[in-house]
Amino acid sequence: MDGGGSNHGAPPSNRPAIETEGLCKSYKDVQALRSVDLRVEPGTVLGLLGPNGAGKTTAVRILTTLLPPTGGSARVAGLDVVADAAALRAKIGLAGQYAAVDENLTGTENLEMVGRLYHIGRAESRGRARELLERFDLTDAGERLVRTYSGGMRRRLDLAAALVARPPVLFLDEPTTGLDPRSRIGLWETIEDRVAAGTTVLLTTQYLDEADRLADRIAVIDHGSVIAEGSSDDLKGRLGGERLEVTLEDRSQAEAGVTALSEICREPPSVEDGIVRVPVRRHQGVIAEAVRRLDAEGVGIDDIVVRRPTLDDVFLTLTGRPPEPEDGDQEQATGEHAIEREPIG
Amino acid sequence: MTALRYAVSDAGVLAVRSLKRIPRQPDLLTGYTIQPVMFVLLFVYVFGGAIQTPGYEDYADFLLPGIIVQTMAFGGFVTALGLSEDLRKGLVDRFRSLPMARSAVLTGRTFADIALNALSLAVMIAVGLVVGFAFSSSPLEVVAGIGLMLLIGYAFSWIFAFIGLIVSSPESANAFGFILIFPLTFASSAFVPPESMPDWLQTFAADINPFSTMVDAARALFVGGPAGNDVWGATLWCLGLIAVFSTLAVHRYRRAVTR
Repeated sequence: MDGGGSNHGAPPSNRPAIETEGLCKSYKDVQALRSVDLRVEPGTVLGLLGPNGAGKTTAVRILTTLLPPTGGSARVAGLDVVADAAALRAKIGLAGQYAAVDENLTGTENLEMVGRLYHIGRAESRGRARELLERFDLTDAGERLVRTYSGGMRRRLDLAAALVARPPVLFLDEPTTGLDPRSRIGLWETIEDRVAAGTTVLLTTQYLDEADRLADRIAVIDHGSVIAEGSSDDLKGRLGGERLEVTLEDRSQAEAGVTALSEICREPPSVEDGIVRVPVRRHQGVIAEAVRRLDAEGVGIDDIVVRRPTLDDVFLTLTGRPPEPEDGDQEQATGEHAIEREPIG
Repeated sequence: MTALRYAVSDAGVLAVRSLKRIPRQPDLLTGYTIQPVMFVLLFVYVFGGAIQTPGYEDYADFLLPGIIVQTMAFGGFVTALGLSEDLRKGLVDRFRSLPMARSAVLTGRTFADIALNALSLAVMIAVGLVVGFAFSSSPLEVVAGIGLMLLIGYAFSWIFAFIGLIVSSPESANAFGFILIFPLTFASSAFVPPESMPDWLQTFAADINPFSTMVDAARALFVGGPAGNDVWGATLWCLGLIAVFSTLAVHRYRRAVTR
């Protein structure tokens, strides 16, 4: 649908699409970013994961030339965010936490305006607007004023606006905050499409499932510092690996079960409601081994499964608190975007 | 050369955007058409009989230049409203992340105001002619007067642009504009001769208030009478306001961030 071209203008593949070194941003009394190093390879997705106020948005603002850093350096698409800011703006797309679209224009007019401001020309702007409205399932609403759109439709239009000039690097600042599950999944699929077409994406989110699904690599950010970085599997692995869960047929056999499994444990197993939880060292063969041992002791098994830690566990371990939005600043959850209305007509 | 071309075309794109909004928000359109008409009618028929304006046969002749200047001064209000909304809704972030001319967001809006002010100017002159106002100066002076009115409107657009960028919400932009500019327009020669005011106010209204200079210049150009240095004074005031407030607004815009 896009006619390809998403790689258009991408940096040479041997250079990272986004690279920061010791990036700092401080205000009078607040250090919003403390020496952040990031590296995103072309055509991949980096998930910047952290609670509200962690510095995610500050990082996005610096990388999109909206804010100057107070220390360190950053290059996007091979261009310095300070020295080459003007040239860089032609190579990036930004979709923010707010659906930054003009309510008093129609969907088509919004996209055409953005195209004109990217200087892709009147005809091309019009063509792109039509294509994107179709791709984002907004064709029928294209001639309607955006103030009649639902929250999900506004977000889709906002993302479409970020794609008008087919930028090789895309910044998405909490793109699905406040959206209902159906709209979130739709937006995820669109982002995956873009990545498949070669676009590099930096995505901030406070949703772990979002990072898990979309991001090739995840950087966990808290209090302005990256406190962990790696693939989703790396991060989960860092928690100490898998946990075997055995549901016993007969709760009274719990003690026998614990004894049978004690040799394959990393740490002492725990028992709760007839489920024995066993931290294990390795994944391979662990179920077969456990079944053999339990069988040998005559312990009946109702269910047996190996669980890997979730990103929630990772987050809790790294930051010492669950990944819920922090104090205040929850307006997205209560604001108008939280209410998903069906389009009128 | 390319930079200049983009500065102009980007401002044009955004001016069109600002103008499209007006017919879509009937309350704004009312502000540019019905409201000035209402003001003219109320002043002429309610206060007209009670206000003595020595040297003017008809109160409409005295009033219309004053009410036109007041309407021009408030015409830029939509710029404060729009900028403050753009900031709050994150549109300014989008614009600042685009490869467009940095000046265009401000110049686009202030250019659009000129078109809107021209609209209300036409409406008010038409209504004025109906209620008894008559041009009694040369056509050249009338044209110069219209030019000066639009310049006054443009100068106030920059004041409103600055206000829109410093306040936290469209509502406070509204309050700010009314508290600052409304008293200024009344404590002037716009609606009554300053001679009828108490001494302390008279000094301000006749000699200090730049708004009176603008109104007196409008009277000189539209109905004749002693212009003195008012036309030059008003022009200089406008250029000065534009210089100061466009600098302040641009400076503020560069640092503007959402929330």
